[in-house]
Amino acid sequence: MRALKALVARDLALAARVGGSGALSLVFFLMIVAVVPFALGPDLNLLSRIGPAILWLAAVLATLIGLDRLFQADEEDGSLDLMTGAPVPLELVVLAKVLAHWLTTGLPLALAAPLFGLLVALDGTAMAGTSLTLLVGTPALTFIGAVGSALTASIRRGGLILAVLVLPLMIPTLIFGVSASEAASGGTVPFTTPLAILGALSLIAGVVGTLAAAAALRWSE
Amino acid sequence: MRLTAQSLAVRRSGRRIFSDIAFSLEAGEALMVTGRNGAGKSTLLAVLSGRLKPEAGSLTVHDVGEATLAECLHVVGHRDGLKSALTAEENLVFARDLLGAPTASPREALEELGLGHALRLPVAYLSAGQRRRVALARLLVCRRPLWLLDEPTAALDVASQAVLAGMMARHRAAGGLVIAATHQALGLDGARELRIEPARSEAPAPPDAPAPRDAATGDVWW
Repeated sequence: MRALKALVARDLALAARVGGSGALSLVFFLMIVAVVPFALGPDLNLLSRIGPAILWLAAVLATLIGLDRLFQADEEDGSLDLMTGAPVPLELVVLAKVLAHWLTTGLPLALAAPLFGLLVALDGTAMAGTSLTLLVGTPALTFIGAVGSALTASIRRGGLILAVLVLPLMIPTLIFGVSASEAASGGTVPFTTPLAILGALSLIAGVVGTLAAAAALRWSE
Repeated sequence: MRLTAQSLAVRRSGRRIFSDIAFSLEAGEALMVTGRNGAGKSTLLAVLSGRLKPEAGSLTVHDVGEATLAECLHVVGHRDGLKSALTAEENLVFARDLLGAPTASPREALEELGLGHALRLPVAYLSAGQRRRVALARLLVCRRPLWLLDEPTAALDVASQAVLAGMMARHRAAGGLVIAATHQALGLDGARELRIEPARSEAPAPPDAPAPRDAATGDVWW
């Protein structure tokens, strides 16, 4: 337990330091959301209709940004060898690292979503709905991404391979995330149905992603 | 703790690195792994640390309770496992909390290695030798019976080499084991030597080949 707490604390400290990836995905998220209205033109109805989709798309892409360094940085400087020597299973090490990564990327996205929702003319309910779905759905994105990150940990420029590997697996989360956000602002489907599926996706990704990422780290020398 | 290795063989990317390596270490013993560059010294240490799987052979530890080999060892190698953005103290506190069994505090460990002043400096500001000393301080902040050292004296000054020799002597006196891959004498008294020869038949310079010309033969090329 002490070991896992130390891991989470270290990764949070690293993200906060200069050169850490803490703010990177949030800024990337802001850039996409800020640029889209310029491309689409000043049609507020159109913007507020596709707003949740834009926010979710931006969240998926922003999640991909910091993922390639999740395990690679530790593989390069030998910290990963330190972690395999810890008296805890590698699965728990992976879980702690992914949790810390989500706290510095996924959680800020979900919390900032209402603010960024203003840029795409979302009303109050839609904003709250989108924020809630991001809160429930971004863990799935991070855990799925962790598998790709573990697979490409020992490849030098693995960022592109990582995106190609991982993006298709994120599509179900994207679909249910957007449909839940749209259900929140009126629609034929009740809000809870896609939200429950989104929660289930996050839970499944939490289990499968942790085991798969640990297996990938063991397998890659 | 006792460690026994039997007929270890390693293949990486289809190439046989070495085969039939066997040794056994009792508590307090040290093993110096020597060999030419690329002979597989670091590979042997990677196998011992569990990072590589041997193709054949076995590694067994005795008298350590239920701990696995990976939980009994410290590794200090070329990749020092330090985060540049964190201070020396933060790096050591992390290592201590992660590995468990804390002994000395980071301050004591760094002072022993003559780096007490660098406690609150980010590791990025330190020189190669100082980084290596911070990595070596990890050996002191938590107790593990087996030390795996890959070229531990690389970039170290003479004074620090003496400190390291003292650390290793104390560790062995307390029943610890040291396995070091090295090209130099490390001050390990009574250490056994394991020389790794390349496994392939085209091993350079067979023993009965004529010795390369040097100054002693009088027929020098310059």
